[in-house]
Amino acid sequence: MAFQLLLNFFLAYIWMFLSNDYSSLAFFKGYFFGALILFFLRRFFKQRFYLLNVMAVIKLFFLFCSELVKANIGVVKVVLSPKLSMQPAIFALETDLEKDWEITLLSNLITLTPGTLVIEVSEDNKTLYIHAMDIDDVEQAKLDIKNSFEKAIKEVSR
Amino acid sequence: MIEISKFVVGLLILLGSLLSLLAAIGVVRLPDAYTRNHAASKSATLGVLSILLGLFLYYLLIDHVANARVLLGIVFVFITSPIAGHLIMRAAYNIGVPLWENSVQDDLQKARKRKKVDEQ
Repeated sequence: MAFQLLLNFFLAYIWMFLSNDYSSLAFFKGYFFGALILFFLRRFFKQRFYLLNVMAVIKLFFLFCSELVKANIGVVKVVLSPKLSMQPAIFALETDLEKDWEITLLSNLITLTPGTLVIEVSEDNKTLYIHAMDIDDVEQAKLDIKNSFEKAIKEVSR
Repeated sequence: MIEISKFVVGLLILLGSLLSLLAAIGVVRLPDAYTRNHAASKSATLGVLSILLGLFLYYLLIDHVANARVLLGIVFVFITSPIAGHLIMRAAYNIGVPLWENSVQDDLQKARKRKKVDEQ
């Protein structure tokens, strides 16, 4: 992905030199045509066309924001309910992400989901131990959310 | 236009301070260290974020100055506060702070015990 991005910048500069116009408008024009060229030559690269990865990053960012808002609504509900009737628990979650930054990102996302906080990542990077605020109504739903997070992160690093 | 932007800015700052207040109430009210940490690390984050966002919009829409330092502050809080929550939680677990008595499940303790048995 980084290589394709660099190549696209390089093509934009070549466009600027060819048209002898060193304004930012010329740079963006060159960047656009460079992206088109990279799109048509995509079968020569090992990885897929890099703008798809950029789209995945943007999607992940919006997921992050919406989860942050939902987490706060959940916490406010628990704090303001008249009786403390939640059931906290620590449960284990298997993950198939491998690189360190992916696991960091996943645990950050889990920490910001409604009612969950990561306590520990096991030494072989395969299990996350998560403290949940209320276990019985959310465990299944939480696993679904986590599958969607994992999928989104895999989409970024593909 | 100015009126609408004043309304939005006021709403954001009020919402942020309300969330910070609720986080403080949560820290007082909840039973053990872990659930308190939930309240502190989540509500306080979004509270600070929306206050900073209100500040940024105020300077942008009314004074017509874009202050990039405020935006950087938002990004830093966004990245660092979940990690701070995680570290406090982990330190508390490692020195043996007990869970609340209504807690139902503790997989981490089981895993630690299993590991000790394997080592012996």
